[in-house]
Amino acid sequence: MKINDVILKTVVQFVVFIILTIAIYLFFAGHYTPGGGFVAGLVLASAAILLYITYDTEKVKNGLPIDFKVVAAIGVALAITTGIVPTLFGKPFLDMSSTSVHFPLIGEKEIATVMLFELGVALTVVGVVMTIILSISEGRDD
Amino acid sequence: MITKWAILLPFFMAILIPILHTRIRKFHLGWVALAVPFILFIALLRFLPQIASGDTISHSWRWIPSYNLTFTTYLDGLSMLFALLITGIGTLVILYSIFYLSKKEALHKFYCYLLLFMTAMLGVVFSDHLIMLYFFWELTSIASFLLIAFWHHRKASRRGAQKSMLITVTGGIIMLMGFLILAHEMDSYSIRTIISTISIENLNRPLYLAMLFVLLGAFTKSAQFPFHIWLPDAMEAPTPVSAYLHSATMVKAGIYIVARFTPIFAYNLSWFWIVSIVGLITLFWGSFNAIKQNDLKALLAFSTVSQLGLIMSLLGMGSVVYATTGEITDVIYTQATFAALFHLVNHSTFKGALFMMVGILDHEVGTRDLRRLGGLITIMPITFSIALIGGFSMAGLPLFNGFLSKEMFFEATLAIQEMNVHSWIVLFPVIAWVASVFTFVYCFILVFKTFFGSADKLPTDRKIHEAPIGMLMSPVILAVSIIFIFFFPNILGKFVIGSAMQSVYPTVQPFEQMTPTIAAWHGFNTALFMTIGVIVFGIILYLSWPKWNRIYNRLPEKWTLNYLYNQLLEEAEIVGKFVTDLYMTGSVRHYLMYIYVFFIFIVGGYFIQSHIFAIDLEDQAPVEWFEILLMFVMAGAAIFLLFAKSRLTAVVSNGVLGLGVAMLFVVFRAPDLALTQLVVESVTTVLFLLSFAYLPEWSKEQKSKATKSMNLLISLTAGALVMAISFTVLNYSEFKTISGFFENAYELAGGANIVNTILGDFRAFDTMLEVVVLLVAGLGVYTLIKFRARKGQKKYED
Repeated sequence: MKINDVILKTVVQFVVFIILTIAIYLFFAGHYTPGGGFVAGLVLASAAILLYITYDTEKVKNGLPIDFKVVAAIGVALAITTGIVPTLFGKPFLDMSSTSVHFPLIGEKEIATVMLFELGVALTVVGVVMTIILSISEGRDD
Repeated sequence: MITKWAILLPFFMAILIPILHTRIRKFHLGWVALAVPFILFIALLRFLPQIASGDTISHSWRWIPSYNLTFTTYLDGLSMLFALLITGIGTLVILYSIFYLSKKEALHKFYCYLLLFMTAMLGVVFSDHLIMLYFFWELTSIASFLLIAFWHHRKASRRGAQKSMLITVTGGIIMLMGFLILAHEMDSYSIRTIISTISIENLNRPLYLAMLFVLLGAFTKSAQFPFHIWLPDAMEAPTPVSAYLHSATMVKAGIYIVARFTPIFAYNLSWFWIVSIVGLITLFWGSFNAIKQNDLKALLAFSTVSQLGLIMSLLGMGSVVYATTGEITDVIYTQATFAALFHLVNHSTFKGALFMMVGILDHEVGTRDLRRLGGLITIMPITFSIALIGGFSMAGLPLFNGFLSKEMFFEATLAIQEMNVHSWIVLFPVIAWVASVFTFVYCFILVFKTFFGSADKLPTDRKIHEAPIGMLMSPVILAVSIIFIFFFPNILGKFVIGSAMQSVYPTVQPFEQMTPTIAAWHGFNTALFMTIGVIVFGIILYLSWPKWNRIYNRLPEKWTLNYLYNQLLEEAEIVGKFVTDLYMTGSVRHYLMYIYVFFIFIVGGYFIQSHIFAIDLEDQAPVEWFEILLMFVMAGAAIFLLFAKSRLTAVVSNGVLGLGVAMLFVVFRAPDLALTQLVVESVTTVLFLLSFAYLPEWSKEQKSKATKSMNLLISLTAGALVMAISFTVLNYSEFKTISGFFENAYELAGGANIVNTILGDFRAFDTMLEVVVLLVAGLGVYTLIKFRARKGQKKYED
């Protein structure tokens, strides 16, 4: 039976971007309002999962040639590095610092090293979730 | 600062090398790696005058202050001696490896591991903190494991790597226990602090245990009898690795530990007995076994074992003054330690040269089997010269540095007689002499069987010629230094070993008086006559070797240590499989049962034990009608799940349950949790659907009544316990409240979202480790699925 999923495919094209926007919003909002690296990573992963479910794996792989294992590894490396770097300046391990920067259009915003840490968390979450789901879905080739 | 960068530089390079290797095609990757030890060697030399005058350099580096972890590095005479060996021999070995390993090998891995090892080894000799020392100690084992298994397609390499890993890491963990006891007893983790506070009054039982544990660690690493069996098997590694790790540096880490801890433990006379007797047995057993080897590298491995035993026994003899007198009154008894450190340097030079020589033979001739080698003197004159110099130095013949330290060794065994420790001590010079005769014999076998005699059995598949100049460079430098040290030993003695003596005997003032003037000739004394005896008997034994070599077959296979090791490994596997099969049934239900039963007994037990169960419904907020509705929906979904007829229904009702929890979070004003729960719920539902294909048919379970009621009991108890605990914690006040952090989150962490400040700041260390766990779990799933055995494949790799 041929599955007719035109509606799903069409809707997903738009929805994915909405989800991605939410993910980015959640990531940056996390400092003051609900959100943060972990949730942002999960939402990002769910956007990717939606793509994989709607289109077949091969197609998404061609358009999105990312090795999620590497993403996860980069995430962990980033999180650990943000911990180690302060020690090189005589600060305690995982010490976070922040500074205010004036951006054009958006105005005064705070830039903190905790952002990098959160980015590491987010990347790890995306990487691991996608690695697990993809390997389970692809694993039946014997 | 130098110490910190000395540890970090090789580490950074080890990270950089795998990245660089795809970029560098024009020249050998080894040239990049070569820069590291060379720069460090020069940098360390610049500090030599300062260290030689008795100064020390230390550098503290706060790591995790809240756990009181300060990473203190420390450069004194002893560290300097080892650091110079590590970087100096390291430079030569990497130079040699450039010509030994072709560009087709996995060079990026090789140099990455080698530099990692260098970091670890420098870390061992520079660390002042016991735990840091242990950390680097284990890192050397890991690096050694990776390097032995460098040619991992060979089974023997893998076996050798596993053996060395199992033995050295077991020793390492025992040593950690020793460290912990020591730190607990002395109330400090800093070696320097412990040395300065310890005295003969501190002798007690725990410290005795700590001493035994630390020694076990040192003995396994330094391949002392009966743990030496890993070293011959480690010879499966590429020859540069054998020359570097398994003769010049890593196996000497145990020597370092013994030297470093002498001022701590040597007040106990047992230290003297254990170290010197184990050393002497190793010396004898290694030299005795070296003679029967046919593989040149195996011969060198046993000779390394034996020489390490020699150094170890000298350190033992040098420590006796601590125990007998309490403080050092007569400098003469410290001379054994001086001889130990001197021989340590000498051994690195001649054994490094010999290993490189064997590597050249392997590379150019294609075999290291003594039964096939012969007559190479005319074909490879330079290699022969290296073998001659190295071999004769090892045999302890004059004109080579080994003679000087061998003489000092004999003198030390004689001097110890005057200490009147025990009458059995008479045996020391006897064992030393007999072992030296055997040493002499295998040195002659090494030199003469390889380069003289007939060349008939040499492999004929290639044209044998002298090695290229690059390959000869390092061994020739070592050979020249062998002779140089013989003629000018006091340069080494005064500038390097003198201040190292101060680290072993910190109380002797001024420390310069412990530095003797080494002379090749000091009249006809007993030591000289012993050497002459060694030469005479050695030549006799060498010539009559075919007559007495049958004694090696006398020892039945079942009595060897290797047999014991293999049996132990096999038994451990059988027992391990038996025990694991008992509880790893493959049924998720069983695993959940274990978890809940443990939870009930441990958590419930704790709560009952401490009488803190208290259900108090006063001051609670009133329950609203929609909350009750929500509870009913969730309870309904959960009960429905139990009676679901198909898997899809089960997944859906599980989803309802999850969404109900999310709703509950909303009601209780926890938007973060609700958000996370929602996304987690959708992702897990997808995961469930994906797993459908793997799962067996959904069937009604056929279990006996007893099992079912047992399961019911466990689940009901677990549920009731959770409920009781939830009520209890509402009124629980044993722990300090953490609400202060929430209220001041903005000032403390600069964030208004409490949840995030907890994750990213207050408990960032937890988050970091959780992220690591997540990665490991993900990779675990990936490897389980991707690399599982396909149908018809073998279940496990051999």
